[in-house]
Amino acid sequence: MGILVIDDEAPIRKLLEITLQSNGYAVAQAATAKEGLQQAVHHTPDLIILDLGLPDENGHTTLKKMREWYDRPVIILSVQHSEADIITALDNGANDYLVKPFRTGELLARIRSALRSTVVGDNEPVIRLNGLEIDLAARIVKKDNELLRLTATQYSLLALFGKNAGKVLTHQYLLREIWGDSYTDQLQYLRVFIAQLRKKIEKDINYPEHIITESGVGYRFVAGES
Amino acid sequence: MQGAYFISSFTANNKISQQYQYLISILLVCLVSAICFLFSVYIGAQVVAFILLLTLSLIAMSFDILPVLLTALLSALIWDFFFIGPRYNFRVGNTEDKILLSMYFVIALVNAVLTFKIRQIEKIARRKEEKAQTLRLYNTLLNSLSHEFRTPLATIIGATDNLLQEPSRLSAGDSKRLLSEISTASLRLNRQVENLLNMSRLESGFIQPKKDWYDIQELAFSIIHQLEEQLARHRVEIDIREDIPLVRLDYGLMEQVLYNLVYNAALYTPERALIRISAQCPQASLEIIVEDEGPGFPEGEIGKVFDKFYRFTNSPIGSSRIGGAGLGLSIVKGFVEAHNGTVELMNRLSGGARFVISLPVENFSKGMEPQSGQIRTNGVITC
Repeated sequence: MGILVIDDEAPIRKLLEITLQSNGYAVAQAATAKEGLQQAVHHTPDLIILDLGLPDENGHTTLKKMREWYDRPVIILSVQHSEADIITALDNGANDYLVKPFRTGELLARIRSALRSTVVGDNEPVIRLNGLEIDLAARIVKKDNELLRLTATQYSLLALFGKNAGKVLTHQYLLREIWGDSYTDQLQYLRVFIAQLRKKIEKDINYPEHIITESGVGYRFVAGES
Repeated sequence: MQGAYFISSFTANNKISQQYQYLISILLVCLVSAICFLFSVYIGAQVVAFILLLTLSLIAMSFDILPVLLTALLSALIWDFFFIGPRYNFRVGNTEDKILLSMYFVIALVNAVLTFKIRQIEKIARRKEEKAQTLRLYNTLLNSLSHEFRTPLATIIGATDNLLQEPSRLSAGDSKRLLSEISTASLRLNRQVENLLNMSRLESGFIQPKKDWYDIQELAFSIIHQLEEQLARHRVEIDIREDIPLVRLDYGLMEQVLYNLVYNAALYTPERALIRISAQCPQASLEIIVEDEGPGFPEGEIGKVFDKFYRFTNSPIGSSRIGGAGLGLSIVKGFVEAHNGTVELMNRLSGGARFVISLPVENFSKGMEPQSGQIRTNGVITC
C-alpha cells in the first residue's frame, strides 16, 4: 500500500515516513500543494495524507482539485481543532481528519479504517461489516445472522453509514441525505435516530464500537474491528 | 481590542452622565437656594453664602469640572439676585457686599478647581495601581508559564539527549522509561498549549458558542473515554438518566469544561477515590455535577478557585508534582458563562469537591419529524 504525505513541515514528514514505513506502507512525500498534486498523478497512491496549512495554496483548494480525479481516501491534518475547517474539508471529499498533535495509534487506526472502506466497494449489494449484514437489494439488516427490526428511517441511516464505512460523515450531510435539504439544522432528529440505532446494534451504547461520534463534526461508521 | 472597546464605552457613558451632572447641579443649587429663601427671615445673606459654598463643595466632590464651574457661577448669581440687597436685581449696594460677592466667586472657583485637581490625581494614582496589578499578573503568568513549559521541555531534551548519545549504555528498561517520560512530558506540554489557547480565546472576547442539540450522556462518556489513562486508578460513576433531554450547547466548549473538571478530579484525588458525573433538570435549567471523594478545597479558598492562575495551595498530594498554570478552572468558568450559565464549587458534607454547572435550557419545541411520533417516546422530552 502506498501513502502520499503532503505537509510542509519536514519533521512531520519524517515522523510520518518512519511511522508508516515501519508499519509496512510505502511512503511518498511532498512539501507543497503543487508538488503534492504532481506526486498524486505520478504515483496514484492508495491514500493521501494532506495538511491543510500548505505554503503555496489553501489546503481546501488542493483537496478540491485532487477530488476532481482522485477517488481513494484522503485524510486531512490540521493544527487546530477548528470544526468549521474540518467540516469544510469533509464536505469537499476528505474521508477523515486528524488534529495535530495526534497519537500514532490513532493515525494508524484511521488509515486502516479508510483503506478498508475502499475494499468494501460501491456496487456490492450486500455490505458485511462488524457482524452486521446490510442487504441493500432486499433492504434488510442482520446482526449475527439475526434479522434486525428497523424503521424505514433507521434503515436508511444505517445503509448510508454502511455505504460510507470508515468515512466521517458530517451532521449536515446525514440530515440532507436522510431528511432533505430543509432539515440540515435539525440536529436533534439525527441524535434521536443515532440513539435508536445504537440501542439495536451496539453492545454498550455508552461505549459505541460501530457508530463513533466525531465531536462537533459528525459520525463515523467503523469499517471492521478497529 | 477589548481595551479600545472599554475606552469608547467609558467616554460614551461619561457624555450621558455629564448631561445628568448639569441637570442635578442646577436643580440642587435651585433647591438649596429656595429653601434658604424661605428662611431668609431667620438667616442672613452671609450664612446663605456658606450654605451655597457647602453645596458647591459637595457637587465638586463627585462631578466634573464644567458642571461645577457652572454651579459656581449660578450660585453666585442667585446669591446676588435673591439675597444681597437691593434684592431682586443684580446690583450690589454697599462696598462690603461687593467684596463679599467677588470673594464668594473666587472661593467657589478655587473650590471647584482644587477638588477637580485632587480627583484627577486620585484617578492617576488608581490607574497606576491598576497598571502595577496588571504587571504583577503578567509576571505571575510568565513565571508560571515558563515553569510549565520548561519543565516538560527539560525532560524531553534531557531524555532525548540520553537516548541519542548513549544508546549502548542504556538498558532496554531505561530506554523505555526515558521514552515514557518524553511521552508524558509532551502530553503535559500539549495540555498547557491547549489551555493557553483557550485562555486567549476567552481574553479576546471572541467566544461565541455555536450551539446545537447534544446528548449530555454521550458527552460524559466521551470525556471518560478521552481521560481513560488518567482515570485508570479511580472509580468513575456516571449517573445520567437515559431519558435526559437533549440540550443546546457548544460541544467543543462544554467538552473542555467537563474535561478540565474531570481531569482535575483525577489529579487531585487519591487512588481508588470515586469521581461521579451526574446531570439533572430542575426548572428551566440543566445541572451537570462533577464531584469526587478527594480532599475537597479549603473553605477559605473556594471563592478564589476560578481566578486566573489559582493553584491549590496545600494539596495533600503535592501540587508541584502535578503542575498546571492555574488556568483550567478559569477556563471552565469562562466557557460556562459564554453559555449564560453558572458554575459553583462546594465541598461535599462527606468530603470531596462538588462542581455544579447550571445551564439555562432552551425549549425543545420545534416540529418533530413529520410522519413519526417515535421521537417523543424515545427519550426526548422538554426540561
